[in-house]
Amino acid sequence: MQQALAEFFSFSDPNIRYVLLGTLLLTGSAAMIGSFALLRKKVLVGDAVAHAVLPGVCLAFIITGTKHPVPLSLGASITGWLALVSIDQITNRSKIKEDTAIALVLSVTFGLGILLLTAIQHTGNAEQVGLSNFLFGKAAALVSDDLKTLALLGLMLIIIVLLFFKEFTLVAFDKAFAQASGLPVRRLELLLTSLTVLAIVVGIRAVGILLMAVMLITPPAAARFWTNHLPTMVLLAAVLGMIAGLAGSFVSYIAPAMPTGPWIVMTISVVAYGSFLLAPRRGLLARRIRQRKHQKKTLTENILKLFYELGVTEGSVGTKRTLYDLLKSRSMPTSRLVAGLKRLQKHKMLQQEGLGWRLTAAGSRKGKEISQRHHLWKLYLTQHLKTEADHTHEDAESIEHIITPELAEELRGLVKLPVTGKSTTQHTHWTFEGAGQGQPVKTPAGE
Amino acid sequence: MIQRTDNPVVEIHDLTVSYYKKPVLWDINLCLPQGKVIGIIGPNGAGKSTLLKAIMGLVIPDNGYIKLFGKSLDEVRKQVSYVPQKESVDWDFPASVLDVVVMGRYAQLGLFQRPKKLDQEKALECLNKVSMAPLAHRQIAQLSGGQQQRVFLARALAQEAQLYLMDEPFVGVDVATEKMIIDLLQTMAREGKTIIVVHHDLQSAAHYFDWSMLLNMRTVAVGPTQDVLTPALLQETYGGKLTILSKINDLLKEQEVSPRELT
Repeated sequence: MQQALAEFFSFSDPNIRYVLLGTLLLTGSAAMIGSFALLRKKVLVGDAVAHAVLPGVCLAFIITGTKHPVPLSLGASITGWLALVSIDQITNRSKIKEDTAIALVLSVTFGLGILLLTAIQHTGNAEQVGLSNFLFGKAAALVSDDLKTLALLGLMLIIIVLLFFKEFTLVAFDKAFAQASGLPVRRLELLLTSLTVLAIVVGIRAVGILLMAVMLITPPAAARFWTNHLPTMVLLAAVLGMIAGLAGSFVSYIAPAMPTGPWIVMTISVVAYGSFLLAPRRGLLARRIRQRKHQKKTLTENILKLFYELGVTEGSVGTKRTLYDLLKSRSMPTSRLVAGLKRLQKHKMLQQEGLGWRLTAAGSRKGKEISQRHHLWKLYLTQHLKTEADHTHEDAESIEHIITPELAEELRGLVKLPVTGKSTTQHTHWTFEGAGQGQPVKTPAGE
Repeated sequence: MIQRTDNPVVEIHDLTVSYYKKPVLWDINLCLPQGKVIGIIGPNGAGKSTLLKAIMGLVIPDNGYIKLFGKSLDEVRKQVSYVPQKESVDWDFPASVLDVVVMGRYAQLGLFQRPKKLDQEKALECLNKVSMAPLAHRQIAQLSGGQQQRVFLARALAQEAQLYLMDEPFVGVDVATEKMIIDLLQTMAREGKTIIVVHHDLQSAAHYFDWSMLLNMRTVAVGPTQDVLTPALLQETYGGKLTILSKINDLLKEQEVSPRELT
């Protein structure tokens, strides 16, 4: 295995170099054009086209009797194109929707392709050996002649995408605006779909008809998780596609009996699911972590507010309080309360003394801030949104944790603060009913 | 009531448009003057957006012609800017606010030309006019409805056109944005630009527009707003008098007949 790795990646064998260069160009170009298919929400059409090239390949073989890449690619392009036109015509001229039209065309063309392939296999023509490689792809079976043609096509594809990058972007984002500003939208769309057909025709040698659509869709879908910048996304899609291509051709090299397509697809899928889980911001894990963080923040803020408001009610914010005192005023799971208390102690917001805790100066400031945010939001709801006062509490309980200092400042300017008589202690420059005079509010657990 | 005007910016003659054989606009005739904010007003399904699309060449009319500045659209396309409904695009597209506004420069740039520093500066200038410059590098996915509309408006400004066609710019935007947009449009009109706005709120229409067009599949009235937004004409636009016309439209669709006999 190690020897094979070393041999493969030394690129000393010219055959390996060809196969590698070919696969990289095929997978890279497919991923680039796939990015635009993804943004235009046209990926399923790609799958239909991939299946529709099989009858073209078979017919070209029947007519010419050789596996030369030029006639085979030509045949593939023609039937791929016809499939596209059929989907368009069915959608435009009947009440059948696009997804149904795609399914119809895909199954018919692929059925026809398999029929022709079986017929060819029964003719006994020695040339036909290897034609079935089109189904699942075999990078290692590519000879240098094929590769020259395919690599050239792949390169051409990449250059065209780069040349029309600006126009393709506008068509993908806002077709009506593109057309209104005078871009030849119809011709650009034609070019985009033609390039998609071309990418498929070129790519099936390495990836295979059945799995080709994956090479269009998966690299850009994975890349989308990592970036919000389109040029970066297209570049990253190409790189991810190439990594998968590299893995596929390596497997094809060490195990020649193995089809390449599934390996390429497995590699890129691992990358895609990995991105789905791990990508910063958009990934599942990052979102979970953000939620957990917010939950923790909510818990600690609620505890601080509880300390502070109990203190204000009793006239002394610094009083030591036990678990029992706290749970009496606000029911929540004891284990969570303890975890929250410990965290606050670590952040020097609380100080433990024997069986109880008391607010530090920092904790007191923070508790007051949260309590104020709560009441600011309540006032805003009642004064500006005309919400009835007894409906505002639940809202304020969740909003108090997300109001930023700037927003709090803005709210202070908006609402009319009620004037209270006994706001003389240093912790209550201004108080509200519910915080100052009233009883601390009991809130059910579970936020 | 159809008010005539000399040297119209937009002149439409006998325009009929249908979707899948169902007519949505019948024999539209109108002339619109330069340097005004003009509202196209009518109920749902009156064909307001279709009229804009027909002017922009996005739908093919069955009959009639449209002239802009006395010429065909292709001759004056760079003088005309179109602002589609903001719901018509996917705002999760990987682009920043500035990227979208620079798109307004693409047509001027021509094929194969990359946007240059000058285009970026122009775009920023336009963002400044809609108070969005501080958000230039924000992802468009993070914008509110009002901010999305401002970005679309900035993109249109970047085209530096003479005639602006805006499809429902006041739908789904906050009050501050609505105020900002109408102030900007009125300033532009004073500079001699012509702005046509599809709108469906009658209350604000009276304050917003110098000229108005009442549309309900056909032209009910075109002229200065105070002459057009009268109870009688509004009744004619929004009242039930058009049921026969809708019935005919449904019949045409059913029979798959073109509203114009093919000759």
